[in-house]
Amino acid sequence: MKINLKINNINRDIDVEPGEVLYDVLRRCGFTSIKKACGTSSCGVCTVLLDGMPVPSCSYLAVKADGHNITTIEGIKEEADRIGKFMVEEGAVQCGFCSPGFLLTVIAMEREIENPDSQGIKNYLAGNLCRCSGYEGQLRAVKKYMGVSE
Amino acid sequence: MKEVNKSVPKKDGMGLTVGKPAYTEDLAPQNALTVKVLRSPYPFARIKNIDTEKAEKLKGVKCVLTYKNVPRNIVTRAGQGYPEPSPHDKFILDEYVRYIGDEVAAVAAEDEVTAVEALKLIEVEYEKLEPVLDFERAEGHPSIIHPEKEAHEMFPTGFNPSKNIAAEYHMSFGDLDKTLKKCDYVVSERYYTQAQNHTAMETHSSFAYVDINGRLNIVSSTQTPFHARRIVGEALGLPLDKIRVIKPRIGGGYGGKQALHGEFLVALVALRTGRSAKLIYTREEVFEATYTRHPMRIDVTIGADKDGNIKAIDMEILSNTGAYAEHALTVFMVAGSKTLPLYNKAEAVRFGGKVVYTNHTPAGAFRGYGAVQGNFALEATIDKLALAVGKDPVEFRVQNMIKEGETSPVFKIMGEGTEGVDMTVDSCKLEYCVKRGMELCGWKDKYPRKQIGKNKVRGIGSAIAMQGSGIPCIDMGSAVIKLNDGGFFNLMVGATDIGTGSDTILAQIAAEALGVSTDKVVVYSSDTDLTPFDCGAYASSTTYVSGNAVYRAGRKMKGLIEKAGAERFGVSKDEVEFDGEFIRTKDGRNSVSLSQLSTELYYSNKQKQLMVCESFCGEVSPPPFLAGFAEVEVDLETGKVDLIDYTAVVDCGTPINPNLARIQIEGGLVQGIGMTMFEGVKYGENGKLLTNNFLQYRIPSRKDINKLTVEFAESYEPSGPFGAKSVGEIGTDTPPAAITNAIYNAIGVRVTKLPVTPEYILMELKKKMK
Amino acid sequence: MNIKKYLRPLNIDEAYGLLQSKNAVIIGGGAFLNLGNREVETAIDLSKLNLNFIEEKNGEFLIGAMTTLRKLETSSFAKENFDGVITKTLSCIMGVQLRNTATIGGSVYGRYGFSDIITTFLALDAEVELCNGGKMSLEKFLEEKIDRDILLKISIKKDNRKAAYINMRNSSADFSLINVAVAMKDNRFRICVGARPKRAKVAYEAMSFINSSEVNEETALRAGEIASTTLQFGGDIRASAEYRKELCKALVKRAIMEVIQ
Repeated sequence: MKINLKINNINRDIDVEPGEVLYDVLRRCGFTSIKKACGTSSCGVCTVLLDGMPVPSCSYLAVKADGHNITTIEGIKEEADRIGKFMVEEGAVQCGFCSPGFLLTVIAMEREIENPDSQGIKNYLAGNLCRCSGYEGQLRAVKKYMGVSE
Repeated sequence: MKEVNKSVPKKDGMGLTVGKPAYTEDLAPQNALTVKVLRSPYPFARIKNIDTEKAEKLKGVKCVLTYKNVPRNIVTRAGQGYPEPSPHDKFILDEYVRYIGDEVAAVAAEDEVTAVEALKLIEVEYEKLEPVLDFERAEGHPSIIHPEKEAHEMFPTGFNPSKNIAAEYHMSFGDLDKTLKKCDYVVSERYYTQAQNHTAMETHSSFAYVDINGRLNIVSSTQTPFHARRIVGEALGLPLDKIRVIKPRIGGGYGGKQALHGEFLVALVALRTGRSAKLIYTREEVFEATYTRHPMRIDVTIGADKDGNIKAIDMEILSNTGAYAEHALTVFMVAGSKTLPLYNKAEAVRFGGKVVYTNHTPAGAFRGYGAVQGNFALEATIDKLALAVGKDPVEFRVQNMIKEGETSPVFKIMGEGTEGVDMTVDSCKLEYCVKRGMELCGWKDKYPRKQIGKNKVRGIGSAIAMQGSGIPCIDMGSAVIKLNDGGFFNLMVGATDIGTGSDTILAQIAAEALGVSTDKVVVYSSDTDLTPFDCGAYASSTTYVSGNAVYRAGRKMKGLIEKAGAERFGVSKDEVEFDGEFIRTKDGRNSVSLSQLSTELYYSNKQKQLMVCESFCGEVSPPPFLAGFAEVEVDLETGKVDLIDYTAVVDCGTPINPNLARIQIEGGLVQGIGMTMFEGVKYGENGKLLTNNFLQYRIPSRKDINKLTVEFAESYEPSGPFGAKSVGEIGTDTPPAAITNAIYNAIGVRVTKLPVTPEYILMELKKKMK
Repeated sequence: MNIKKYLRPLNIDEAYGLLQSKNAVIIGGGAFLNLGNREVETAIDLSKLNLNFIEEKNGEFLIGAMTTLRKLETSSFAKENFDGVITKTLSCIMGVQLRNTATIGGSVYGRYGFSDIITTFLALDAEVELCNGGKMSLEKFLEEKIDRDILLKISIKKDNRKAAYINMRNSSADFSLINVAVAMKDNRFRICVGARPKRAKVAYEAMSFINSSEVNEETALRAGEIASTTLQFGGDIRASAEYRKELCKALVKRAIMEVIQ
């Protein structure tokens, strides 16, 4: 099927199989920042933004995204660099495999929630699993980035 | 110290965070064939007949592998040094399949859909065999899991496949029975631990291609590229000079990528088709067909005199290695060798047991590597004994635990599969760790319990732990440092950064040794053609073993630079020094920048390349130590346990990079917490793993972690690079004991089987109330 | 998932017609589409049917089937009505990614035993509107044998009932191993228990007890005990039937006490 995706603000006509998920289509188009870890919408690693909202690209049919805006890390380099700097300075990056999905979710959170507290941050990011860091470093980095003091 | 003990940003941190292509799958050629594996639906069966004709005829299928057309060389995939302490019991593909998920056949096709389709077309006729699913009944079971005549051990390890025994070991010193008899207090307990899965976010991935020189190149998410080269060569019957293994960035390892997984298959496909071939495991395959932590049954008996001095310790283990015996002996031995020395004044110690084969997913290396299981059993029993003696469990530990400058007979007796080495612990700040941990967690106010409202009770519990720093006299790391024009360095190491940040901390060590800043050191690691040997990322070895090699190389390079400077100035070497930027004569009359000197060295004046290579193989394995404190809240009506706070104070010697050391500890703690509280493993009746995805197997989410408090003790290990010891595994060890001790202190229920479930807690509470 | 045809019908009748063909399924959010090796002949996408809405009409709240869990969770409707119980219920479910994908229609039509939101909707006495089956109570819908129909919307009376939702999970992002929702209107309670592990049920015996008693901790616990003995519980990989029964007592009690506070 032919679909149109606006990926990082560029319109693309793409041929997809009806059963193909967004993850496979975006990787095929060269957006290798997106990683996959579970395939069951459970870990947040494959997160992309669909009209600004985080969705699991491993379980999102590409045809369903027809006509929508998709954002990957490649499309928001400046924001990613800005948050990434806090992450790296905090030493919160270990293997990095969950980082792109995590960063996109942080960006969505920032747009969606004003002045979250620690618990609010944890709740919003709960769908982003990380097996390396123990989460505390990520929390410290996000709090510093968002200027959350408590 | 300018460059170490400093939180230098991780070198690859920014690139990884913003999603630069760096992992195995990112780097695989677009046109690589996709390899998929047909896996056994039965826990134990013999393939009577396998027909691949239809699959081979499917359009797009390039290669089908079965046991009939692959080399039959028996190996161990464990990814250990050579000769391995794990028996050779695995063929690339075999006519026997030994667990649900074991490899039956592999297909390589132009795309994934075709490969999956082709798998369905392979017709297999199985002779189902009676599986061994209960590890407590494996020994002497009528079903022999490894009947093949080729299976063998590399040196005596107690291997006895006719009885389903993968390994056996016993040691003792002192007269245990007699000593126990004299003890005023003796307590015993039996514990069970589960088959925890590593769940690295990147699934096991590899691809292979044949390069222009006809050599096999394998790119793999491996923790052990050099071992992978050796084992692939052995399995395929290929000379090692025909193989190159490259490890790119890795999305988490924790021991799960120490062993080989898809490498044999992608290598064979590449060699047979001339095409590049990739194999990316699904999450289900990771759960069902890679490795788990060894499930164990551990019996512990400890005796103390009337003053509470520990006199005797007995630990007996039955370990379940699953269908193949990767790390069978060594993980089991570490359960004793990295726990028993904690209480080094015991006069009599006995340790032993067996590791059995079963028809379950194999067990293998996993961060903590037996020490977690042993620590759970030992440290829970220590609490029980402290209670019997009538002492605060922390004071009881302090009274009995190992201290700086002391030794333990266990060090000499037990190594990993072999004898150990005699050593004293020259750095041990355990007393400080315990004292500081008590302050941080508020032990004095909180021990043992506090009622919180009507239905909730909080309790606090503790445990101490030790690990090692590499395997002495076996693990070797090496480093090459090359000076470039412009005055910067290449550091080439075989050491394997699996996300830990070892490239960064090794650069810091090199920089400190050279006296330059870390950004002058460019690291290239883990490529068997281009970097010198390293055993790989396991056994908490990188900072200490590889770090020492880097340190030596850095010092040596500094000497070469000073020598080159001296030659340039026409003075003797003693008269010049390198300050990190300039080479000067001590009298201050001559100076040249390193940038200038190096450029001259390569273009204009006494031209030669400055390059050094150094190696390190430890004679000792200095243990890092940790004191862990868990505060839990138990809901008396539901049995739910919430972890309120986990405090860990760590002696890892000098933390080379405090930020990265801290996150190693935090990450280790949460893996230990996951094992203790959440990561339940369930099998169906036929041995099918039911917890085979992230919906059913729950690793902790950030909502499950309330608060971690991590601090480091000031400590300096004389044999380590700039005083460093290891930090990679120690964080994982204490949560099982500390949390279950906290639960006991809260409600008087001792959990002896992991993970703790609210169901178990509530049912035990009900029993107590009756 | 292997899909042969993917269609986006433009009206409900067309969608219903397509659904009657062999091996046709409606794709809701598709959050768990990778589970199992499914072959689908016709996948039907309802996104062109204007079923993505939350509105108030004639004293009823209407929630379109294609509304995502996250949209409902963050709506002012969910936050401001029934003590925020709908928001509270939905926020327990895994992560925002899943909740941005999964739809209310998929969650309710699937009639999953583990469902959180069904239990809460049941306590709120919600009704479902089906393309063929018409309007019926959620309770009836959960018990009927319904096949190849399309859930269009959920409706809930704006009756200002008070409500509470409590669940038990082995870890915070896991499925509920039991959940309880209690609502109260005019001092009459409605008690629902889900993840038993089968579909949610209304605990009538417990309700009639509590509705004829003075409500305090003791009677609330008694109601829980009645619910635990009158409802059926089963065991699965998360918990045994026996444990679920114990939890039912405590959670019903707590939910009742929360509602009267």
